[in-house]
Amino acid sequence: MTVSTEEDEDRADAMFHALADRTRRDILRRVLVGEHSISALAANYDMSFAAVQKHVAVLERAGLIAKRRNGREQLAHGEMEAVRSVASMLLELEAIWRGRAARIDELLGNEPTSPELE
Amino acid sequence: MPVTDITHDLDSRTLVLTAHFAAPVERVWQIYADARQLEKVWGPPSHPATFVVHELVPGGRAQYFMTSPEGEKYYGWWEIIEVDRPRSFTFDDGFAADDSFTPLADLPVSRNVYAFEAADGGTRATYTAVYASAEALQQVLDMGMIEGATTAMAQIDALLAA
Repeated sequence: MTVSTEEDEDRADAMFHALADRTRRDILRRVLVGEHSISALAANYDMSFAAVQKHVAVLERAGLIAKRRNGREQLAHGEMEAVRSVASMLLELEAIWRGRAARIDELLGNEPTSPELE
Repeated sequence: MPVTDITHDLDSRTLVLTAHFAAPVERVWQIYADARQLEKVWGPPSHPATFVVHELVPGGRAQYFMTSPEGEKYYGWWEIIEVDRPRSFTFDDGFAADDSFTPLADLPVSRNVYAFEAADGGTRATYTAVYASAEALQQVLDMGMIEGATTAMAQIDALLAA
């Protein structure tokens, strides 16, 4: 059992909340590949600039993206290292597969043994 | 827990997972060959999978979607490359935008080999997936984030119930 601090739990809450929205996941996907201005991001969605700005702010609070100012533009980029190192991604994938293996195990355990397969 | 070993190779972005199941190889194979059984295990309980097409033959295709609690659907496809029944099959796994299951060209595809052999009175399953780039892995995990969260929740539930 991993012991997590209150701070870790708050951070996890913020991350899961940030990722629980389709538009925010899409924004994150875009800014992880390259830096985008908020206005360029906003052009991708059928919603107001202010609404997109709010989504970006939620992602920023969760530590998933960071912003910097360049003249009149605000540029956003994903915090690839902080959140999504290849190692952590593989761990996530591992969780998916562990889930599948556990469900197969359960499926196999919940049936009478077929004698012709023994 | 059925999982016996896991290897990550960061350089080649490869994940290899080994699991042991208390059933004959032929029985484990049936889960992958039968869409109705496969959909019981493919998606997490919160996001059940529905296989619309499933042809486990060389050149065959699978088309499936997973449904979120909010009713949002995530579409995916397999292209079956090789089948050596009941020992192994190789397939590419990718995403689609909608129920036309047209592959999304800008989303990554992984190459997977699932292999099964008799071991210790049951079956040893070896699952291998290879991703072309870190970005590809990132995109694939957009779907996986859901399960990551689900797993975390389940662990929290278990902790609370203890």
